[in-house]
Amino acid sequence: MTPRKDLLDIASLTDEEIEFVLANAGPFKDLFKRSVKKVPTLKGQSMLTLFYEPSTRTRSSFEVAASRLSADVIHFDIESSSVVKGESVLDTVETLESMRVDYIVVRHKQSGIPSLIARNTRASVINAGDGWHAHPTQALLDAFTLREKFKDLRGARAVIVGDIQHSRVARSTSLIFRRLGMNVAYLAPGSMMPRETPDEIVCFGSWDDALAWRPDVVYLLRVQSERMDEPFFPSASEYHKIYGLTDARVDILGERGLWLMHPGPVNRGVEITDKGMNYERSLINQQVENGIAVRMSVLYWLKPGAGLES
Amino acid sequence: MPDPAPIQRLLLDSAGVNRCLDEIAGAIMKRWPEEEKLALVGIYNRGVPFAESLAARLVAAGRWVETGRIDITQYRDDLQSFTVLPRLEGSDIGFDLDDMVVILCDEVVYTARTSRAALEELLDFGRPRCVQIAALVDRAGRELPFQAEFAGIRVDLPKQERVNVRFTATDGRDEVFVTSWENKPA
Repeated sequence: MTPRKDLLDIASLTDEEIEFVLANAGPFKDLFKRSVKKVPTLKGQSMLTLFYEPSTRTRSSFEVAASRLSADVIHFDIESSSVVKGESVLDTVETLESMRVDYIVVRHKQSGIPSLIARNTRASVINAGDGWHAHPTQALLDAFTLREKFKDLRGARAVIVGDIQHSRVARSTSLIFRRLGMNVAYLAPGSMMPRETPDEIVCFGSWDDALAWRPDVVYLLRVQSERMDEPFFPSASEYHKIYGLTDARVDILGERGLWLMHPGPVNRGVEITDKGMNYERSLINQQVENGIAVRMSVLYWLKPGAGLES
Repeated sequence: MPDPAPIQRLLLDSAGVNRCLDEIAGAIMKRWPEEEKLALVGIYNRGVPFAESLAARLVAAGRWVETGRIDITQYRDDLQSFTVLPRLEGSDIGFDLDDMVVILCDEVVYTARTSRAALEELLDFGRPRCVQIAALVDRAGRELPFQAEFAGIRVDLPKQERVNVRFTATDGRDEVFVTSWENKPA
C-alpha cells in the first residue's frame, strides 16, 4: 500500500486503504500482550498533539499509540500558548514547521482546520475531530471493533442514537459502516436529526421503531452538555426518558443479544445508565483499547511529505 | 533495445532442498541434546515454511520443539524509505522464550540486516538462553556481524543476482534458483 501524507476524513479513503489500516491494526493489538509493548517503527520521529478543543481520551490514545511506535510525543499546550494571545492557526503551524515535527494530530471546533494545516506543512496531519465534519480515527476504531465480533460486516445493522446533526462521530462512523456494507439507521429527536441524510440511512424517532428494525448494534452518542443550553430538547432527564438507554432498554438489548457502543466519554443518567455501562455485550472498553491499535496502524501508514515534491 | 535475457539458474532442485532440510535438522539435533528446550522461529515470509519443515523433521525423529513466527517489518532499518508499505503479518511466539534455545530460521541469510531485525524483535519477547541462525542458503556478503550456524548450502554470487527459494507449503514446489534482481519473480 502506498503511504499517504494525511488522514483528514473517511470520505477520501479508498476501500483498499480502509482495509489496509484495519488489517494492520490486528498485529498492532497483539503487541499489547508482549512484555515489551513497543516497536521501533517510528524511532527518531516526533508526533505533536495540537488540540484546540479539550480532549483527554483521544489525545492520550494518540500519545500511547505514538509511544508504542517509539516516536517522541510532544503536547502543544494551547491554554498557555500564544494562541490565547491571538496567534492564528497558520502562524502556529509555521512555528511547528520550524520545529520539524513529523506528525501533527489536530482537533479544532471549526471544520476544515486540519485540512488547512495539512496544506501548509510537510508533516503528516491526522484529524482528531474537526467541528461537525469528521473524526476518522474514531470511525476506523469502531469498524475494527465490530469486525472482531462479526467476521463479515456486510448486512449487519447499526442504529446510531443521539445528536446526529452535530456529531462528527456519527458522520464518520456511519460512513465507514456503510462503506463496509452495513445498514445504518439514525434515532434522534427531530431537532438533532440532520435535515438531509443519504437515502440508504433509515431515520427513526422512537426506540420502538428503531428496535423493530432489528439492529445488531446500538451506537450511542454522547449528549454534549453545551447543547443542553440550547433548545434542542427540554432537559437531560427528558432526553434520558425518550432517547436514552434506560435500564428497561438495556434488558431488551440483552434479550436480543445486541452489541452496544459509545465513543466516550459517557454522561451517566443521560444517554446511558450504570446498568448500561455494565451491560455484558458492551464494546465500550474494547473501543478504547482498539483505538490505540488503530492509531498505531494509521501512524504506520502515513508518511510525512508523501506526495509532495521533494 | 530488447532487455537482456533473464538469468535463471537452478541451485537446488526438490531433492536437493529436502536433502538440505534433512541435514540441517540432523545438525540441530546433534548440537542440542534432548534436555534443552528448543524453539524454531521462522522469519516471514519463507522462513516460516522453512522452520515448519525443520520442525516436522525434528518431531518425526522424536525431538520436541516449539515453533513460532516473526514479522520483522516494524524492526526494519529501511522502513522509512519504503514507497510501498507491506501488510503486516504479525508475530506469533506462543510460548515463554526465557531459557530456551531459539533458532531463527530464514531461507536466505545475505547481508544479515533481516537477522539483526529478527534478533531485536525476538529479544522483545523474552530472554532466550541462546539464539542461533539457520538458513537454507547462506550467501556471502554480510553487512552486519551475524553467522548462520546451520546452513544447507553456502554460496558467493555477484551482487546483481538474487536467490529465490520456493517451498511446497507456500509455492507448490521445493527449489532454489537464481535470477537477476530486475527479473525477480513475484
